[in-house]
Amino acid sequence: MSTDVVAASDLQVYALYLGDDCLILSHRLAELAAHAPEFEEDVALSNLALDLLGQARALLTYAGVVEAAGRDEDALAYGRDDREFHNLLLVEQPNFDFAHTIVRQLFFASYQLALYRRLEHSQDLTLAAVAAKGAKEASYHRDHARLWTVRLGDGTKESHSRMEAAVGFLWPFTGELFQPDPITQRLVAAGIAADPAALEPVWRAQIDQTFAEAGLGHPVELGIRQGGRSGLHSEHLGHLLSEMQHLHRSHPNASW
Amino acid sequence: MPAGDVTAWEIVAAVPDPELPVLTLEDLGVLRSVDVDQSGSVLVTLTPTYSGCPAMDAMRADVQRALLGAGYRNVAIQFELAPAWTTDQLGPLAREHLAAAGIAPPGEPGTPVALSLKCPQCGSLRTREASHFGATSCKALWQCSACGEPFEHLKVLR
Ligand SMILES: [Zn+2]
Repeated sequence: MSTDVVAASDLQVYALYLGDDCLILSHRLAELAAHAPEFEEDVALSNLALDLLGQARALLTYAGVVEAAGRDEDALAYGRDDREFHNLLLVEQPNFDFAHTIVRQLFFASYQLALYRRLEHSQDLTLAAVAAKGAKEASYHRDHARLWTVRLGDGTKESHSRMEAAVGFLWPFTGELFQPDPITQRLVAAGIAADPAALEPVWRAQIDQTFAEAGLGHPVELGIRQGGRSGLHSEHLGHLLSEMQHLHRSHPNASW
Repeated sequence: MPAGDVTAWEIVAAVPDPELPVLTLEDLGVLRSVDVDQSGSVLVTLTPTYSGCPAMDAMRADVQRALLGAGYRNVAIQFELAPAWTTDQLGPLAREHLAAAGIAPPGEPGTPVALSLKCPQCGSLRTREASHFGATSCKALWQCSACGEPFEHLKVLR
């Protein structure tokens, strides 16, 4: 088992990196249930949220098992404060308008697909299994975002300018996706984690191709806003958590 | 016959899927194994169709109920992710059962993803995808241009 050769604490935090990305983005998408611009899209976004929630459950459960301190998926999802969350800043950014939702989806799903396709070959069998399953889902998520990006970017004046604004707002968060950190690097060396730097060319090719079709542009350099992996979040995460964790914190261990 | 106790397998295999009741768990291809030990305890291994499939809890409860109803006492149910479920794992009768229920089935293993599906109502091939995401994770929503009827499609996952 991989935990023999690497620190369990590294593996636990890495599982939280991946699981928190899924959990927080799932919650953002769930906020749009009954608020999407058309009925089919309402169903689509709810489906995406559900896939991500399923991945989050598997990853948080695994983080709890590796930690071996008795915390299960619920304890990890509902019992941590914002400083203890490891998600990328990108996924916590709000749904300012539908363009922001779609650009965030395109950036994240393209990244997650590249990540999972590498992680399928991880020496850690649990991560490999979650990734192999998740890659099939991420591929649908990427396609969904790609179609909307082209439709809106190459749409009306209004839709195009909103997409441009969303790209402008979200681009600064893209650098964090490929930023190496010591925990990930140690796990890369052990054949467990995917090397973030290696994902960048795959991601860029996807974004460049989609943006070319959509008539959108983006800066050459990746963005520099980061801190999510080490628990330094934007102000938006606190608000998200206060809603997401409200019931569990008001009525601990409630069941119905 | 799959490994494990045949009777317990048959009981679990016949349990309908909670979201697609025209298919049994065996038709859907989510039943991985049923093991009965010497004391009569049963361990059922299932795999989810999609990571977030909300029917997993219902599936667990239905399998439990079926086995307890048949006289088994200790029943445990686990879900395993690997190897990941695909629509190529559908049982031999699944496509027939789906089509009979008005749900366009996914193509056979090894066939390319179809650009057009046959309308389950009128048989026309003049159909189009209305939404890639349907009422459940595993389905897409299609519409027939010939008869105008919308229909569901169990979408290909490979
Ligand atoms: Zn028709």
